[in-house]
Amino acid sequence: MEDLLEIGGKKIACRLFLGTGKYAGNAQMREALLAAQADVVTVALRRVESGAMAESILDYIPPSCTVMINTSGARNAAEAVRIARLARASGAGDWIKIEVIADSRYLLPDNLETLKATETLVKEGFITFPYMSPDLSMARRMADCGAAAVMPLGSPIGTNRGVRTRELVEILIREISVPIIVDAGLGKPSDACQCMEMGCAAVMVNTAVAVAPDPVEFARAFSLAVKAGRLAYRTGMPGSAAEARASSPLTGFLRDHD
Amino acid sequence: MTEFLSKSFYDTYLACRERDWGEALAAASGADVEQALRRVHLSFSDFLALLSPAAEAHLEPMAQKARALTLRYFGRTIQLYAPIYVSDYCENSCLYCSFSSRNRRKRKKLSLEEIDREAAFIAGTGLQHILLLTGESKKESPVGYLRDCVQVLRRHFSSVAIEVYPLSEEDYAGLVAEGVDGLTLYQETYDESLYRVLHPAGPKRNFRYRLEAPERGAAARMRQVNIGALLGLADWRREILMVGLHARYLQDRFPEVEIGASVPRLRPFAGAFQGSCEVGDRNIVQAILALRLFLPRLGIALSTREDSCFRDSLIPLGITRMSAGSCTSVGGYTVPDEAEDAFAQFEIADSRSIPEMMARLREKGYDPVLKDWIFGL
Repeated sequence: MEDLLEIGGKKIACRLFLGTGKYAGNAQMREALLAAQADVVTVALRRVESGAMAESILDYIPPSCTVMINTSGARNAAEAVRIARLARASGAGDWIKIEVIADSRYLLPDNLETLKATETLVKEGFITFPYMSPDLSMARRMADCGAAAVMPLGSPIGTNRGVRTRELVEILIREISVPIIVDAGLGKPSDACQCMEMGCAAVMVNTAVAVAPDPVEFARAFSLAVKAGRLAYRTGMPGSAAEARASSPLTGFLRDHD
Repeated sequence: MTEFLSKSFYDTYLACRERDWGEALAAASGADVEQALRRVHLSFSDFLALLSPAAEAHLEPMAQKARALTLRYFGRTIQLYAPIYVSDYCENSCLYCSFSSRNRRKRKKLSLEEIDREAAFIAGTGLQHILLLTGESKKESPVGYLRDCVQVLRRHFSSVAIEVYPLSEEDYAGLVAEGVDGLTLYQETYDESLYRVLHPAGPKRNFRYRLEAPERGAAARMRQVNIGALLGLADWRREILMVGLHARYLQDRFPEVEIGASVPRLRPFAGAFQGSCEVGDRNIVQAILALRLFLPRLGIALSTREDSCFRDSLIPLGITRMSAGSCTSVGGYTVPDEAEDAFAQFEIADSRSIPEMMARLREKGYDPVLKDWIFGL
């Protein structure tokens, strides 16, 4: 049976969403997207050339991919909304990853402004993907107001530190009705696999792939890891022994009694 | 680090000025450097160790770590920008600058039509980030003129930044409202007594007004604020120490603003002053590495003051933005008649064109980024 992620009116086979920043060039970025068989890619509108003569990053996105414009550069809800409207006006579509960051040191998102932007953009018919610090109440509000998915961070952008927010993300997976897509901080394919085993609907990766020694092969590795993790989740994870078994059983004396 | 957070950076500066940084730098040991290299979040003492003479023996491991951090946070990209000099009228008499009012040269201010022509020429190369520069003359290049310039430039570029004389917060806010998103202002030297010697006349004599300009710009909602010291005027280690402290202060007080720094080195110019402190290539490298390790998300810009070979070598060490195809004289891009008797603010050492610079970046495995902003956001 095909295992497709239904989101925003689309059916998505590849649960690895990829970013398009930080690559050594557009051609390399395109190769990485193809190697991963990515279906959803995010592009910062600030990087999109508007002039007809200029080469556009969008020209390098394989036609099979759905473009999700991100609002990189927005410091508050109003700016995120403005970027989304510009994206729609320029024909880049309705899928918006809402990124509101007012912290240039860690690039951690402003959940409150992100929620406000989500509310506005949902009303305007956008398919919204708010990027957020994992917080149950916020995630509920985002889902309640119509976000297509909620994107909690695994660790701060670019740190490659993996799913440091695991406990909180697990709560979101259990409690939130819309898909949970871990975004940011995943440094290794095994981090992505772990997210999928936990029950994330998808993961989003940029830095780890874009700055890898071989981004194309690393994109493929991430894609395989996401498939493996998803398959493991669907199959059912075996329970694990929480503690090592004691070499001298504590109830061994009962046997001696018999 | 927030212990340094005061109402104005000048207060922080005053509190730090009394310390004998020369002694502290000399006292730092190899072990201090190694400890700084092991840390994820560096303290100001770690930064000091990385700037010390002892760290000179550790430049390679510093470079390895700096490259890894830069790749992680900025990727394999270098954003390109070009300067546009619109007026060289200047009321200051900085001893190290060719625009000094003491240099009796014919001055030039571009008309808005000329600016439009210059802008079209630069935009024709594909560059979308422009840096507007003027000498300091409230009479010839007042804020109203700057606003007019921005209105012309916005027709050609996605991002317009300014490098002009220090303004009030209100004036900065006015320019932000016109669409200016970045402010560059170098303190020249953080040594207040030397500053007075180097700026014998003109409005620039006011050290504090200049020192506090970056925070006024940030308060006025500039997106990017770039600071720096002109290396070669005073001991470079102490200058970079203050640049790092200043950048950290601005990051703490304005977390939403992207703070950047530059390490410009004194270049030959029309005038006699050649600086008293030599700054070698090795020193520039150490300065960049220490800044990168101390402030991993700091933007670091590199101008065409440095030659092509050295610029290329610096790219992987922490540079995030470079000017290219630059002309540092007024009207230099498109007004050849004027260019003949025009004089440059400093001599350009890397004269490669934008396409040449882009090709070189690609050869080195970097994506030259021409556009990374949305005008007027």
